[in-house]
Amino acid sequence: MSSLPLAVRDSATMLRRNLLHARRYPSLTLNLLLTPVMLLLLFVYIFGDTMSAGIGGGADRSAYIAYVVPGILLMTIGSTVIGAAVSVATDMSEGIIARFRTMAIHRGSVLIGHVVGSVLQSVASVLLVGAVAVAIGFRSTDATALEWLAAIGLLALFALALTWIAVGMGMASPNAEAASNSAMPLILLPLISSAFTPIDAMPGWFQPIARYQPFTPAIETLRGLLLGSEIGYNGWLAVAWSIGLAALGYRWSTSKFNADPK
Amino acid sequence: MTSLAIAANGLRKSYGDKTVLDGIDLAVPEGTIFSLLGPNGAGKTTAVKILSTLITAGPASGEIRVAGHDLATDPQAVRAAIGVTGQFSAVDGLITGEENMLLMADLHHLSKAEGRRVCAALLERFDLTDAAKKPASTYSGGMKRRLDIAMTLVGDPRIIFLDEPTTGLDPRSRHNMWQIIRELVTNGVTVFLTTQYLEEADQLADRIAVLNDGKIAAQGTAEELKRLIPGGHVRLRFYDPSTYRSAARALREASRDDEALALQIPSDGSQRELRSILDWLDSAGIEADELTVHTPDLDDVFFALTGSTVPAQNNQTEENVR
Repeated sequence: MSSLPLAVRDSATMLRRNLLHARRYPSLTLNLLLTPVMLLLLFVYIFGDTMSAGIGGGADRSAYIAYVVPGILLMTIGSTVIGAAVSVATDMSEGIIARFRTMAIHRGSVLIGHVVGSVLQSVASVLLVGAVAVAIGFRSTDATALEWLAAIGLLALFALALTWIAVGMGMASPNAEAASNSAMPLILLPLISSAFTPIDAMPGWFQPIARYQPFTPAIETLRGLLLGSEIGYNGWLAVAWSIGLAALGYRWSTSKFNADPK
Repeated sequence: MTSLAIAANGLRKSYGDKTVLDGIDLAVPEGTIFSLLGPNGAGKTTAVKILSTLITAGPASGEIRVAGHDLATDPQAVRAAIGVTGQFSAVDGLITGEENMLLMADLHHLSKAEGRRVCAALLERFDLTDAAKKPASTYSGGMKRRLDIAMTLVGDPRIIFLDEPTTGLDPRSRHNMWQIIRELVTNGVTVFLTTQYLEEADQLADRIAVLNDGKIAAQGTAEELKRLIPGGHVRLRFYDPSTYRSAARALREASRDDEALALQIPSDGSQRELRSILDWLDSAGIEADELTVHTPDLDDVFFALTGSTVPAQNNQTEENVR
């Protein structure tokens, strides 16, 4: 079998294996969903009235829902990919990976299976959290079908980027606990982005960090697509970050995978 | 020369300045069982990992061919010919035994129908049909090991590496595993086995290499290895010190163990020699309270070659003559 059909076939097999894990043991995925849902409810119902003052223009709680949901959706991805880091680290400590390495299968399929599985889980998680957001009153403003499509594409691309990084973290970690810890920044990074409060409200020296870190451009782009706000350079920046992180994570993960195991 | 399943020249591996394998040569003919025997830390697992393409050989190694393919330049062709059952179970504990088997069938690119057929047959053969729908993590050690080997066999490998396949198994499971390994070679498969159990190598292997400290201390059939060292003897034990002393006077060539009141007469353990010793004892009027025949076994070989001494309590393979 030539290399591309082999890669597709073996990766699909590995994907089935990972989805089987996720279906059989959904608690990890569901636990990771809890954080963004809790934060959504917390920021809307507890902080919503106060926070809305910060986004300007006499906004109220319902305006703050619109403001906070794009950030929460991207945070959901950050949270879901922690699961990828944990499951990769767990997997690598299992004997079955040694077996895969000694089989005539496509070399990258083990990791590709993890990545595709995790991206699918991210998208599913985003849809679930999005449904909660809609249930508590989130509505897009005049988003066209094309904009919705672009929004989903952005979320999937961003999920791909963060997943490759998370897989690299999982590969570099000796066990599941370490993987969970090293992937923690992926869920903390949204807190220092424009997810909850505008960049302008932050201390001046910190604004560049918050403005150009991967989450802010993605959040601003998603806001633009769903709520009609100005996207500007954020669209390109979000795509560039995503491709850059995906490439970095890919190189990192595959070099770890191809190195002699301990 | 018959064709070799595994041919390794000067296999080397070191981690930093710690040398694990210091240039070992291996030649395993097709269709035979080869056993790499050695204590913990001798480098057995490292050798299996290299030969099964899991890790790369050290840079100073010579040519290594497995199934006729060069390990360094064509590892994927090697992988297509081998099956590996590692020391630690290589099963996916989160999914069922059957799902593990079907996963292997998919990765060997069998069609759906053929995959199901092969998996069902192997589960049946390894007595796992009843447990097939249960998660592999709930299996006992012996069941996991059987599933592990069944998974290895899905791709119909020509060469099978078994790294300590019976470590941690109870005696019954161990004997089952031996039977399984014997059956493998009847179909022309080559088995490369590592073990720390001398009895296991003796029972199964056509050829044995004793690995110690990264080097092959000796290589040959079990018989050849046993011939390398003397050690066969008949041991006579007495309860009464005065009987012991008179026997010791009569049997001058026997070596004495005054503490245990025992005499050792060199012997190869054959029936003929045994009879002549007994005749001789009769004619000398010596009546021992215990008589045991100790034939040189791989334990003796092993301890002699690996530089440690035979422990005094090493009586498992002695047989009492009744």
